[in-house]
Amino acid sequence: MEAFTVHTDKAVPLRRSDVDTDQIFPGRFGTRTSRTGYADVLFANWRAEPDFVMNKPEHQGASILIAGADFGTGSSREFAVWALQDYGFRVVISPRFGDIFQGNAPKRGLLPVTLDEEIVERLWALVEAAPDTRITVDLVRRRVSAPGFAVPFEFDDHTRGRLLAGLDDISATERYLSDIEAYESRRRPSLPTTVRHG
Amino acid sequence: MIFTAQGVPMALTLADKIWRDHVVRQAVGEPDLLYIDLHLLHEVNTPVAFDSLREAGRSVRRPDLTLATEDHATPTSTDRPSLDEVLRRSQMRLIRDNSAEFGIQMYPLGDDRHGIVHVIGPELGLAQPGMTIVCCDSHTTTHGAFGTLAFGIGTSQVEHVLVTQTLPMTPMRNMSVTITGSLAPGVTPKDVVLALINKIGTGGGVGHVMEFRGSVIDGMSMEGRMTVCNMAVEAGSRAGLVAPDETTFAYLKDRPHVPAGKDWDAELAYWRTLRSDPGAVYDTSVTLDGSALTPFVTWGTNPAQSVPLGDRVPSVDDFTDDRSRRAAARALEYMGLAPGTAMRDVPVDAVFIGSCTNGRIEDMRAAADVLRGRKAADHVDVLVVPGSAAVRAQAVEEGLEEVFNAAGVELRYAGCSMCCALNEDRLLPGQRAASTNNRNFEGRQGRGARTHVVSPAVAAATAVAGRLASPADLGAR
Repeated sequence: MEAFTVHTDKAVPLRRSDVDTDQIFPGRFGTRTSRTGYADVLFANWRAEPDFVMNKPEHQGASILIAGADFGTGSSREFAVWALQDYGFRVVISPRFGDIFQGNAPKRGLLPVTLDEEIVERLWALVEAAPDTRITVDLVRRRVSAPGFAVPFEFDDHTRGRLLAGLDDISATERYLSDIEAYESRRRPSLPTTVRHG
Repeated sequence: MIFTAQGVPMALTLADKIWRDHVVRQAVGEPDLLYIDLHLLHEVNTPVAFDSLREAGRSVRRPDLTLATEDHATPTSTDRPSLDEVLRRSQMRLIRDNSAEFGIQMYPLGDDRHGIVHVIGPELGLAQPGMTIVCCDSHTTTHGAFGTLAFGIGTSQVEHVLVTQTLPMTPMRNMSVTITGSLAPGVTPKDVVLALINKIGTGGGVGHVMEFRGSVIDGMSMEGRMTVCNMAVEAGSRAGLVAPDETTFAYLKDRPHVPAGKDWDAELAYWRTLRSDPGAVYDTSVTLDGSALTPFVTWGTNPAQSVPLGDRVPSVDDFTDDRSRRAAARALEYMGLAPGTAMRDVPVDAVFIGSCTNGRIEDMRAAADVLRGRKAADHVDVLVVPGSAAVRAQAVEEGLEEVFNAAGVELRYAGCSMCCALNEDRLLPGQRAASTNNRNFEGRQGRGARTHVVSPAVAAATAVAGRLASPADLGAR
């Protein structure tokens, strides 16, 4: 996994709230079985509308998405994260994320950054007025900055450490095999198994 | 978990207790590593997890705590396709092959235990109080009805659980959701949860596990509690649960994976301890007066955009904050609805009765009770899709299939069907459905499709009336 430290780029202002994972990755594409190749699927229904913000020439090539509140609600499909990454996004900024999406995003290096609604409004206005504005998302210092202002954001230490080092968390857990074995030895033996009876 | 300054555990919620009992490893500044008692798999969100596993040379740690099914993309038509046709659907081939390769029990289409993952888990008795349960599906919250901590996970986490049978989890906050009073006739668990989401919004539960309680929940069947917990995720919650009680124990008794005899007595004694302590502190508390509720129906494109069936389509001016106004404007346009239209005047093209929200036997009975002696309107396509092979078999045994057929409606085979439209059961652009599913998102039931989320009783009445209706609106049979 590619490490995430500091990222500076243009941004797309997506002035919509409740962007659920069915919009990010329409279900009809969910019958695919690979992890990559989803760049065209991202927001497929909305991108079919010519005036959709991501279709505007001035926002091409941007890798930071600035969205309204409750981004990534709904289905647990990790396809949503993969599609955002395949398209080229490395950061999504929103006042609030769906829980499962927020957990899924950093698994392979997409950074979900939570900022207050008023800051998001300010970033939208900034990027709409000057689409070439470069925004810096600094995970080392946990800070988002743009010309004229800088704001801190919260991000848990554990995931941050993993992203800065570019590590996946299965390897991290595998170090605790003896703890897992110890837990299994004290689990209640009456708990069910899925082995078929009859 | 919460400790006093002296390191003594404070009064705990049920969710806290289940969490505490599953901690494999705890370290300052790191998420808790939790043990997972049951890992459920379906065909859509798992192929990449198995591929990554193989690439890394890893294996499945506890196939005996893992169960697979195929539900999202399976056909539900009564003229059942040949096995060859089924296996051409590559996700179905992959879940079968992957399960066989790693020794995981899998119930394929055609097996008498096949069905939607959140319907068969409880049916088989695999969701037992106090357990941790995960699945690559947001509606895993359904299993919380049994007093379990059950949540949806992404594909990377599936791989993590397959390899380690654990998950690193950041702590959840506790929310108490109390439904007081009693439900009027015709008001169902679906209406309760729709009204709750309307009250607190799609983000109202973010970061929380909801504990449902109060007289309405106490009096609810397990099927009803599953409907409520199922949609806890639509308010943004990570999980929803109900403390186990006599209703829970009666449901579990004699299920295939539940202990019997002396072992049953021992389990029962343990399960009875699984309650929130008196004085347990909740981060957030919500109360809803169940007696005041009437049937609810969504008008927009998220599950919080809803009104009582007797109300009208709102206008943008009914909302004060910018975010809600923007969302309402967009939803009204997508849904093709004029503000001020009575919800009962909204005609539909299709009705869908099924899903992990409302595909259980009680839901089939509720629909059949309305359809008995009546006909579905000519212009309405009605899909009745049981949640499992067992639900279907019981519906046939109880004579419900005959009721449906007499109403001009087919009882299909089990699957997720038009809830998520990943198989061929879907709407055409612009078509409108009354649906017992959980999400009215844009395009959820087919590209450009318009969804009104309703209860099974309202769905069945709508099938007869051809427009949104409750059973009380229908004339004599």
